[in-house]
Amino acid sequence: MAKGRVTFRTERCKACELCVRFCPQQILSLNKTMINPLGYHPIAVVREEACNGCGICALMCPDLVITVERE
Amino acid sequence: MKVVAQRPESLTDAPFHYCPGCTHGIIHRLVAECLDELNLREQAIGICPVGCAVLAYDYFNCDMLEAAHGRAPAIATGIKRLLPDRLVFTYQGDGDLASIGMGEIVHASGRGENITVIFVNNAIYGMTGGQMAPTTLLGQVTTTSPYGRTAEQAGYPLKMAELLAQNQGAAYICRTAVNNPANVMRTKKAIKKAFQTQMQAKGFSMVEILSTCPTNWGLSPLEALEWLEKNMIPYYPLGEFKVS
Amino acid sequence: MTKVLMKGNEALAEGALLAGCRAFFGYPITPSSEIAEYMARKMPKMGRTFLQAESELAAINMVYGAAATGNRVMTASSGPGISLKQEGISFLAEAELPSLIVNISRGGPGLGGIQPAQSDYFQATRGGGHGDYHIIVLAPSGVQEMMDFAMQGFDLADHYRIPVMIMAEGTLGQMMEPIIVREPVTDLPPKPWATTGCKGRKPNIINTLHLSPEFLEERNLHLQHKYKLIQEREAKAETFMVEDADLVVAAFGLMSRIAKRAVMDARQKGIKVGLIRPVTLWPFPEKAFQEAAEHVSKFLSVEISMGQMVEDIRLAVNGRVPVEFYGRIGLIPNPEEITRQIMKIAQQEGWV
Repeated sequence: MAKGRVTFRTERCKACELCVRFCPQQILSLNKTMINPLGYHPIAVVREEACNGCGICALMCPDLVITVERE
Repeated sequence: MKVVAQRPESLTDAPFHYCPGCTHGIIHRLVAECLDELNLREQAIGICPVGCAVLAYDYFNCDMLEAAHGRAPAIATGIKRLLPDRLVFTYQGDGDLASIGMGEIVHASGRGENITVIFVNNAIYGMTGGQMAPTTLLGQVTTTSPYGRTAEQAGYPLKMAELLAQNQGAAYICRTAVNNPANVMRTKKAIKKAFQTQMQAKGFSMVEILSTCPTNWGLSPLEALEWLEKNMIPYYPLGEFKVS
Repeated sequence: MTKVLMKGNEALAEGALLAGCRAFFGYPITPSSEIAEYMARKMPKMGRTFLQAESELAAINMVYGAAATGNRVMTASSGPGISLKQEGISFLAEAELPSLIVNISRGGPGLGGIQPAQSDYFQATRGGGHGDYHIIVLAPSGVQEMMDFAMQGFDLADHYRIPVMIMAEGTLGQMMEPIIVREPVTDLPPKPWATTGCKGRKPNIINTLHLSPEFLEERNLHLQHKYKLIQEREAKAETFMVEDADLVVAAFGLMSRIAKRAVMDARQKGIKVGLIRPVTLWPFPEKAFQEAAEHVSKFLSVEISMGQMVEDIRLAVNGRVPVEFYGRIGLIPNPEEITRQIMKIAQQEGWV
């Protein structure tokens, strides 16, 4: 069971990857199989179980795409 | 599970118009979080610049005004003199604050005007399409310094935090950056301290925040963060220049 | 009622204070500086705000911020300073922020001189800055009106949410006359649009940027609608012996009092001449001229300029009657000169 959970407003993601770069668990990646209404491949979690809810992804996201929850 | 990071109340739900990876969005959020945490949203009055943040009145969920280019500190002065118990802040870019608005910012700080200035320095004009700013670095290529800025032709980039910290009226002057999580946290602390400085009526406060402009720098968002760290921070050192 | 001897600039400043002006922002310039000096002495003692700004630009933008708080606020300057303020005036007009701007005018162009003049007429009545806008322009002719128009100016500004300018020749600012000091205004209108902090309501936004083409047009149409209303309701002129006149002299401000003397002199010489004095320069009192055009054979515009208001008279009468001009700048036309002009026309027309 993961200690944290991240959810996304994927329709607002601009694929800048700042969250990907700074996630200490390296569990975020762009979803290349999707294109959002803005025309970007939006952000997604690749290993949900590894999220510790540290919040760094949301800290670095310029577009308030990410909500973070923690145990 | 409890929510540890979500949209602050001091932001509206409007999506930002900024380019991918532009750190204006981070700074907007930090300002809003500080308003929330200090419970100041309902007594805050913000003033937007002319520049990329011209539409910030759509984003901050408090009373807002839009200023003529560079005049935000004068407008803030007019408001603060009549409503001294409100929190009055300007949000300005480098062209707005350090070029066309140089007179207004120097005199607002000189008077010790009890306002807070959020100064976003990305070393370029963003909205008009990447022209040279007063903070553009030597050698930096812009559309109006196409061969790189030279001191002979355009002089030297201005260090606003250092310049304004000399004024006796300045109570809190700090320079931070938003290129990594630690610096983002430091920026938030500085904004909070600036707001507190104002609420304690100590005088003029400014946080200069080194920010990226991936689009006009011609870099990816991640490359822009590196460029900021390697080029801007050595010329624009981070830290507090005045605390009182 | 007892009268008090007051200088024009000081009467205007006192009128503004009586009208509830809470803040003054200004930059020194001759011949308007006494207004700032009067405010600097009085306002701190009344718990109000006086601030000498670092520039005319800063002063008008401080007015912008202070007006946005819903308070009555003002600035004062003269020609070169008013030119610098045009950016802010355009913004005030579009943001619909009530405010009072005073031009104690001197001769231009450039630095010009510090002698009284009316050569800022075009600048004042055509908006002055960028975009399609107008401001209300009042032209007092004596020290009493310097006080009264300052008070009325604030009322008009609040009522229509518009910047109001008082334009007076430098002479009027500098000269003294006995006046009746008015009662202070106590009842001021509420301003729910003001940016004062959003406690208990939705945030207010004061903004002049309209990127949507449709909305930009809508905003401009809104302003034009307001201006039309002001033209219908607020255009004001004083007339003197116009009813039976063959010739009507037009002059505003202090110049109108000098012209009146010439009109009386010419009447003594048997010339049927009258006077129209526009009190509001914008809106221009077209009706007074149109009505006179029914029976006069000529207008003569007398100005302390090279001929500016004369264009508005020509527009008003639209070719029905010829409009002549006499003016000087640097020097003020005196009654004898104007009488000579009147007599010259009288000879041409075969009245003498």
